[in-house]
Amino acid sequence: MLNPENIGRKSEQREIKIERGQLKLFAKAISETNPIYFDQSAARAAGHRDILAPPTFGNCLKLLAPSKDLSYESLGIDYKSLLHAEEKIESFHPIYAGDRLILTTEVIDMYEKKGGALEFLVMRTSIHREGVLVQGLTGTVVMRRATN
Amino acid sequence: MVTNNSTEYDSNTVNLPELDFSELEVGDALPPLYFGSISRHTLALYCGGSGDHNPIHVDQDFAKAAGYEDVFAHGMLSMAILGRMLTNWTKQENIKSFAVRFAAITQVLDEVTASATIKHKEHEDGEQRLTLEIETRTQTGTKTLSGSAMIVVPPSE
Repeated sequence: MLNPENIGRKSEQREIKIERGQLKLFAKAISETNPIYFDQSAARAAGHRDILAPPTFGNCLKLLAPSKDLSYESLGIDYKSLLHAEEKIESFHPIYAGDRLILTTEVIDMYEKKGGALEFLVMRTSIHREGVLVQGLTGTVVMRRATN
Repeated sequence: MVTNNSTEYDSNTVNLPELDFSELEVGDALPPLYFGSISRHTLALYCGGSGDHNPIHVDQDFAKAAGYEDVFAHGMLSMAILGRMLTNWTKQENIKSFAVRFAAITQVLDEVTASATIKHKEHEDGEQRLTLEIETRTQTGTKTLSGSAMIVVPPSE
C-alpha cells in the first residue's frame, strides 16, 4: 500500500552517459528507419552532432539509471501489479549519443480510485545537461490492490 | 529496414522538409504509421533497448504467475511508435510536448497502428502552434493509447 508521506520525496542525482550502442538497439527495437537515429555519419550529415535519441528515449533513462532512494521497494510497490497509466514528455533540447545527463526524480502525488482498489503514483523526472533542463518527464503508474 | 552499415539513405527521410503552417488545417490527418505485429522478438529487443527489464513483457512463466495469459507489450513501445509517426512527419525539435494515457494493454502479436489529427492551430507567443490528437489502436480497433502532442512549426523563409 502506498504511503502518502512519500509525496515530495526526492531522489538522489543520477548521472548517465548516453551510449551509441544503447540508442542503436532502441532504434532497432522500434523498427526505426531514419538513420539519424542509428548512424553517426547520417546524423552528422543532417546537422546533428551525433546519433539523435528518439522522442521517447529520455523516458528509458529512468530505468537505465534508476534511483536507489526512490526504488519501488521503498515506495511499497509490487511491480507484478503495476501498470502504466499516463506519461508526459516535455522536450526542451535534443539528447545525443555521448551526452552526460543528470536525472532527478520527485514523488508528485498519490491518490486512489474505486474505493482504494486502484492506487496511483505520479513521479516527475527532470533531465539536465550541464545545468540546462533538456526534458521533463511526468509518469503515472497504477497498482491494483489485492482483494481477498 | 535500412541496415546500420549502409551509408546510402533516402534523403527525404533524413532531411525532412519543414511543414508549411499556412497549408495545415484543423481536421487534417497525419500519415498513419502501421507498425505491424508486436512479436516476442520485438518485446525482447525493446526490453534491452529501453532498459525496461520487467519480466512481465518477455517471460511467459512470470506473466502467468502474475495472473496474465501471456506476455504483453510495454506501454512505452506504443508511445515510441507514436513518436516515429511524428518524426516521420516533422523534425523532432518541433515536438515540444507529447502526452498519452494508456487505455488498454497491447497483447503480444497485436498489430499496432499510430494515427494523429490536427485539433488546434494557433499563433501564440509569436509561435505557430499545432495541437495534435494522437492514438494507437490494434487490429481489432481497440484504442490502446490516446493523448496529444504540441508541435511548433518554424516560420517559413
